[in-house]
Amino acid sequence: MQHSKTQDTLVGLFVATGIAALFYMALQVSNLGTYSSNDSYTVTARFQNSGGLKVKSPVSVAGVRIGRVSSITLDKASHEAVVQMRIESQYDNLPEDSGASIYTAGLLGEQYISIDPGASDDYLKDKSQIDITSSAIVLEEMIGKFMMNKAEGK
Amino acid sequence: MLEFLESLGKITRHSFAKLGRATFFLLHALTGMREILPRPNLLIKQLYSIGVLSFLIITISGLFVGMVLGLQGFNILSDFGAEESLGVMVAASLVRELGPVVSALLFAGRAGSALTAEIGLMKATEQLSGMEMMAVDPINRIISPRFLAGFLSMPLLAALFSAIGVMGGHLVGVGMLGVDDGAFWAQMQANIDFREDIVNGIIKSVVFGFVVSWIALFEGYDAIPTSEGVSRATTRTVVNSAFSVLGLDFILTALMFGDI
Repeated sequence: MQHSKTQDTLVGLFVATGIAALFYMALQVSNLGTYSSNDSYTVTARFQNSGGLKVKSPVSVAGVRIGRVSSITLDKASHEAVVQMRIESQYDNLPEDSGASIYTAGLLGEQYISIDPGASDDYLKDKSQIDITSSAIVLEEMIGKFMMNKAEGK
Repeated sequence: MLEFLESLGKITRHSFAKLGRATFFLLHALTGMREILPRPNLLIKQLYSIGVLSFLIITISGLFVGMVLGLQGFNILSDFGAEESLGVMVAASLVRELGPVVSALLFAGRAGSALTAEIGLMKATEQLSGMEMMAVDPINRIISPRFLAGFLSMPLLAALFSAIGVMGGHLVGVGMLGVDDGAFWAQMQANIDFREDIVNGIIKSVVFGFVVSWIALFEGYDAIPTSEGVSRATTRTVVNSAFSVLGLDFILTALMFGDI
């Protein structure tokens, strides 16, 4: 095989398209393009039941995603789920008395935390805690209650 | 009975001997990499014949695989009224599995078999011994550049395969079946993670590139120097590469996504 300038050019083109494909996947296909700056602050909330919440589940206000769940641990003393969320620092004006609830997107969708803003003039800061929480709704529990009510109603 | 045991022992001994030769061969080829630095043309030539010439088969296969995924995925997802998830399905299956695996299999068939035949024929026509006579190390001069070229080409080819496949899925899903364009991309971006999915896919293709190049070059170098020997070695390259790629894919998937 004769070595030639065309070969150099073709190899260069090949490597360039390969790298372009990698960039295309990083930016267009994955969530890398939607990452904002890493500036964020951490807020915790305690739930009786965290249901199917997972690390990286979205945290939203009024349906707009403002952060993600960063860790879920169990408090050994109170047997409550301690959920840490990282909230983007551009949303630094959430009132201190905001409430956090775990909802499900659609009937079978993934679970997310929705924050309902309160009315306080003090804002949530790094490492502060949301006190008003409502747990995940477990479908079996609801069906169980419904059955009990039916049975008692008769 | 005794004969059976004897042949069993022989086969075991031969396979271990072969594995040992393959390992020494790999070490020799890896240490030979430093010889490439002063002669980059050797590498460019191999990148051309391994990478550039595989470009067409990879892109066309990627396009069709993506289009089929779009079509099949649409049929399944429309039963659940979840056509909008088509983007996620196409992208996840391509980036995680089909991109690295199918391009590695195509690479073994297109480039691996060619490498084995080339090296095997060089051995059969005593070109390798000729080089040794001239005090040129044939592994450093012939094997190392090909090894590096295969190792470098594979991730690029797999990335191309996945990217073109996603475009093919988009073409069929959005262009022909009427899935919403915004939902297609938005769902894909929301559910495909850069670290978890794309980087893991690249790691897979790097491993496959390494293994396929190793098998192809070793089988060629270890071939019996006759026309029949070379033809057998070429067959073994394709078969062994396919086995190794699929087996390793299971192990890598279990490590990456399986929580085992």
